Amino acid sequence: MTDWDPSKPILEIENLSISFFTRLREIPAVMDFSCTVMPGEAMGLVGESGCGKSTVALAVMRDLGKTGRITGGAIKFKGRDLTTMTEEELRHIRGSEIAMIYQEPMASLNPAMRIGEQLAEVPIIHQNMPRAEALALARQIIADVRLPDPDRILRAYPHQLSGGQQQRIVIAMALMAKPALLILDEPTTALDVTVEAGIVDLVKELGAKYGTSMLFISHNLGLILDVCDRLCVMYSGEAVETGNVREVFDKMRHPYTQALFRSIPLPGADKNSSPLIAIPGNFPLPHERPKGCNFGPRCDYFRDGLCNARDIPMDAVTDHDRHATRCLRWTEIDWNAPAKVGKITEKLPPGRLVLKMEDLKKYYAVSSGAFGGGAAKVVKANESLTFEAHENETLAIVGESGCGKSTFAKVLMGLETATSGSIMLFDENVQDTPIQARNTDTVSKLQMVFQNPFDTLNPSMTVGRQIIRALEIFQKGNSDAEREAMMLNLLDMVKLPRAFAERMPRQLSGGQKQRVGIARAFAGGAKVVVADEPVSALDVSVQAAVTDLLMDIQRENHTTLLFISHDLSIVRYLSDRVMVMYLGHVVELGSTDQVFAPPYHPYTEALLSAVPIADTRVQKRRIVLEGDIPSAMNPPPGCPFQTRCRWKSQVPGQLCETVLPPVQVLAGGHQIKCHLSAEQLARMEPVITIAAE
Amino acid sequence: MEPLSWPMIFAKMVVQFWPVWAALIVTVALSLHFRRRLGLYGKLFDSTVGLLGFVIVMFWVFTALFADLIITFDPIAQISQMKNVSPGTPVPGSDQWYLLGGDHLARDVFSRVVMGARRVLTIAPAATVIAFMVGITLGLPAGYFGGKLDTGLSFIANLVLAFPVILLFYLLVTPEIRQTGVPVVLAAVLFLFPVIFVSVLLNSRYFTNPARRNLYVGAALAVGLWAYSGLAFNADPTGIWSMDPNLLNVFVSVVFVNAPTVFRIVRGIVMDLKSRDYVAAGQTRGEGPWYIMLWEILPNARGPLIVDFCLRIGYTTILLGTLGFFGLGVSPESPDWGSTIDDGRKLLSIYPHPAVVPALALMSLVLGLNLLADGLREESMRD
Amino acid sequence: MLPFLLRRVGVMVLTALTLSFVVFCLTNLAPNLEKLARTEGSVRMSDEAVLSWIENNGHGGPMVMRYGQWLGVVPGWTRTDAQGVTRGRCIQGGLTAETAPRYCGILQGDWGTSTVFREPVIKTIKDKLGATGWLMLWVMLVMVPVSLIIGVLSGMREGSRTDRVLSTFAIATTATPEYVSGVILVVVFASATTGISPILAEWGWISGRTLFLGTATSAIDQITFWNFALPVMTIALYGIGYIARMTRASMTEVMTQQYIRTARLKGVAFHQVILKHALRNALIAPFTVIMLQFPWLLNGVVIVETLFNYKGFGWTLVQAAGNNDIQLLLACSVVAVFVVLLTQLISDIGYVFLNPRIRLS
Repeated sequence: MTDWDPSKPILEIENLSISFFTRLREIPAVMDFSCTVMPGEAMGLVGESGCGKSTVALAVMRDLGKTGRITGGAIKFKGRDLTTMTEEELRHIRGSEIAMIYQEPMASLNPAMRIGEQLAEVPIIHQNMPRAEALALARQIIADVRLPDPDRILRAYPHQLSGGQQQRIVIAMALMAKPALLILDEPTTALDVTVEAGIVDLVKELGAKYGTSMLFISHNLGLILDVCDRLCVMYSGEAVETGNVREVFDKMRHPYTQALFRSIPLPGADKNSSPLIAIPGNFPLPHERPKGCNFGPRCDYFRDGLCNARDIPMDAVTDHDRHATRCLRWTEIDWNAPAKVGKITEKLPPGRLVLKMEDLKKYYAVSSGAFGGGAAKVVKANESLTFEAHENETLAIVGESGCGKSTFAKVLMGLETATSGSIMLFDENVQDTPIQARNTDTVSKLQMVFQNPFDTLNPSMTVGRQIIRALEIFQKGNSDAEREAMMLNLLDMVKLPRAFAERMPRQLSGGQKQRVGIARAFAGGAKVVVADEPVSALDVSVQAAVTDLLMDIQRENHTTLLFISHDLSIVRYLSDRVMVMYLGHVVELGSTDQVFAPPYHPYTEALLSAVPIADTRVQKRRIVLEGDIPSAMNPPPGCPFQTRCRWKSQVPGQLCETVLPPVQVLAGGHQIKCHLSAEQLARMEPVITIAAE
Repeated sequence: MEPLSWPMIFAKMVVQFWPVWAALIVTVALSLHFRRRLGLYGKLFDSTVGLLGFVIVMFWVFTALFADLIITFDPIAQISQMKNVSPGTPVPGSDQWYLLGGDHLARDVFSRVVMGARRVLTIAPAATVIAFMVGITLGLPAGYFGGKLDTGLSFIANLVLAFPVILLFYLLVTPEIRQTGVPVVLAAVLFLFPVIFVSVLLNSRYFTNPARRNLYVGAALAVGLWAYSGLAFNADPTGIWSMDPNLLNVFVSVVFVNAPTVFRIVRGIVMDLKSRDYVAAGQTRGEGPWYIMLWEILPNARGPLIVDFCLRIGYTTILLGTLGFFGLGVSPESPDWGSTIDDGRKLLSIYPHPAVVPALALMSLVLGLNLLADGLREESMRD
Repeated sequence: MLPFLLRRVGVMVLTALTLSFVVFCLTNLAPNLEKLARTEGSVRMSDEAVLSWIENNGHGGPMVMRYGQWLGVVPGWTRTDAQGVTRGRCIQGGLTAETAPRYCGILQGDWGTSTVFREPVIKTIKDKLGATGWLMLWVMLVMVPVSLIIGVLSGMREGSRTDRVLSTFAIATTATPEYVSGVILVVVFASATTGISPILAEWGWISGRTLFLGTATSAIDQITFWNFALPVMTIALYGIGYIARMTRASMTEVMTQQYIRTARLKGVAFHQVILKHALRNALIAPFTVIMLQFPWLLNGVVIVETLFNYKGFGWTLVQAAGNNDIQLLLACSVVAVFVVLLTQLISDIGYVFLNPRIRLS
């Protein structure tokens, strides 16, 4: 350690190859991977699921499990090769020199140990620090990660903290020994966007304060831009492009990177005039990788005989800062050529009114306490929802966890009945009609697309059978043969091969499953479709394809789409109107343009600022909300957002703390539920500005 | 004739079991050949433990099937000179031996154990199947609907589980209780569940097509009620379905003891699975609750249920043995393993073989089932 | 915590009442009473005589009323016969109709008289429970530590050689019910003709004819290693396998948890990971399993006490059932059920204490 020169790289991965060994075969997970992290530098690893980015992180920790093995290359940390170290040597490095932060904060803390003990353990092991001293250090670090009341937290168990607080504890634990390298594996994926923004700020600030180098793993390009100095794009087990973040974002030299950027909804993309361009085809399975370039079969610039001839090495991009690409044709491609724009479509005018909710309320009575003791509490999941939706229209419902958007979907679908208020579906009042009592026609016209692709299909029924069952229930078709034909047509509609009818769901990829889910929802000719985060669990390149499919079907069937999401980028891309929810209340409602431009509701403003955008031209005002989302069991009095609102001081008196704000209707029917006066709202500045090129 | 030495005894037994070996070889060879196409069953052959368990279990299954070909003597025939003789003693007046000796009533231990396999392997799996049907039919709605129904059913299940099994047997399996007709009432209740289960299963699936539904449900009800009348009330006019009152008593008690545990397992799995999106998808297209429980949830609970099924057959075998051990079993003549152990234990320290042989048989069967369950669990978790 | 406890106890009392009523009904079935009449009165009684005997001895009337009397919430029956002698449930042991209390059920401490042992049931139960208590104590002392150690060792590194060996052992013991392992243990260790005893005797290593005693009758007076080891081992073996497998399952599950990886990647040494991080989480599940195994332990006790002729609670249960001793059987059942319910309560409370996630929410 002593002979390490601080001007040398802190981490040097050279031609690393990792394989997992199953009974049947060896599955290569990472091939010929190289990257270098300098002291104080933040390196981003980005790629879709299954590309091997987490495997690289675990390899650095030498924690690949029983089946994983490093089959080649070296990982040098401060000049010493980690791949040849003994368990004992590794133990001294783990936690003290290299620390790791994980995706699921709850799962990574020991549920039966107090926070203080878990934190203090690190210096006790590595520095033989006395317990009292270690606890004092823990207390100080807890304050450092900006958690309130450190003494209480020291004595708390993990489940007593919220998700955001838990992640701060995991970060604190990683910082206990002031490591030289911090590995962050999707540290904010499990968190809400406004909480994520706080964590990201903290990580950046602490990284600068302690001079820690970082290996930041994420699938979110916007986050990478926010946090990292350099990045490495991975595809199917290989690094395909590496370099300075801004250079890679603005002057990418690999077709995959380019395709990736064209498939994510950046500001300016629009479903009608400039639709997203999905990457064709599918991610290759690890044991079915093509010869030569892994991206070849999906690449627009593919040339037979060149790209699939042999393994392709990394090639340095001249005149750039340590920029390299794994492409043979990067010099020949015209990188500035505009993308081939897909079919441009006309915006369809909104049709007749199909859905009208008025003053809808949904309360639940829950008993507090684990043993059913104590008084029953009322959870106000939805408070006075009022809105309309028209034919052809896409209404986005935006909000973070606990905002009541799922409850709203349940009430609308008839899985729950409303506490009060009315729901007009077509010309029928359905607020008190549970789904069993609705007639088949109503049920088949109102369908849902679910979030989790791994959960949306019954794992023990063939794809075809599941669609046919929906047809049977909706009383479509007169015979088995007829329904079979209709099912095959539905598969055509969602652009899946007809052979998939015989497949079991586990043989399908996430995107394919989601398509089956869409086919099933449209089996009865649905007129209103509730899509509950239909693409949030999918990889970015697949997201674009599924979103476009949904848009196409909507256009053809004149469907009303209720698009529930927390992702403002995709909402801006596809929705006509937006409804922002917070703790059961609609805080803002208006057309997409109205919501994404000032005046904002203070919550919308923060939400917009929190969403990471993968575009170097975008300037954002940083608004980081303090604290976590309050529990719906125990909402604050007055305005639901008052505990985190940065505008509260501008409202005179105790208005925010005591009185629920009225709905202000601004120009163009734009609704905002806030105590701020119209003048104050009008003075708001835009959160996002796009710098002129 | 000379008494046989131990190697000779084993050789003779191996020869005697020839139909079992033949069947085993065919089964394993076919399964190994097609294992990639056989799903979970095929994957079982990837695990040593599972394969071993499978072979042991199949050994006893084939022994039960071919028992008539394997036995050397009538299992209840007594040959007076052969009382408590040691293994390998020749039988006078024939060219055969008592391969594993004679018991205290001078019967052939070997043949009795082989025949005992048939008894055990008919009662234990059948009782387990009925217990599963009862447990599933009650556990599904308890887990799915929750609320008062769940509280009530769980309370009853816990009542049964709070009884020490042995006590329940002493109270439920007695000649006096047979006089009062309690077993018939229990049978009337418990045997109704399979009929309900199958009818509801078919109805929920085919109600969209009434013609087909009527055919399937009608057929299921006809066969089910026919068997039901015969088994529970001994009222089948054709006499195909009938059960000895002793056996009915034992059978019903074993089902009664097992069903609550199955209920609890099913209830737990349902509570876990009912929050899945495919269940919600079923609900949002207006499926009835029974369709969702039986066709959306139950097939996905099959992994743990199959594993528990194997374990439970083993447990039921142990229970039947316990009943036999306390003389509560079927009939004194019956060669079932539990009663044979009970008969043999009185002279245990002098003549161990009449008790040890069925004891080892029972142990190996249960061990096989446990290993099989373990293999299945391991393989099903590997996905 | 307190409301939870109250609710739990409430459910327990309700369960106990329901179960004791069921047991009461099952033991007081008409055929049982007829049999009792014939054994207590005379074997050659006419059917009418049997009926009047039943009626005269307070076994007539609705089941619920009789249950109430037995419980002690309904006044005991009294009957004055033709001679003017008043007999009654509570009139016994020198008491007259005037001095006898109105209620005499188990709530008043009166459990009736055993027809087999010819003594108050409460005395029989007390003596025999004591004997069984010793057996249980030793079983627990052997079973719990051994099974936990086996479970933890095999679950700690899933798939290792230690795991394979210990798991196979655990599976084998769970596949061996007490009446099988008891038989085998006796044949191997306590038979004068087979097993190791003849060999040891021949070598002169043991003075008696067998290494261990094949019966535990003498253990009532004095427990020694030689008369108690086999019964204890017989019960413990079956339990060891079961609890060890539960512990192993729990341990392997904990070992795959992320917080174990967190600990490992913090640089905690492997044995510290096990002791500090894994063990406590892994032992929550086996604790409840051990407690919930009591109904089944009782099973083993009955079998082993019968097999080894140890005159404890299980042996008494068999005697009571075999000899139609209604009062004794009833008492045994109630005690057994009560023990089971009590352990369930302990397991619930213990679970809450072991698991901070539940305790503090």
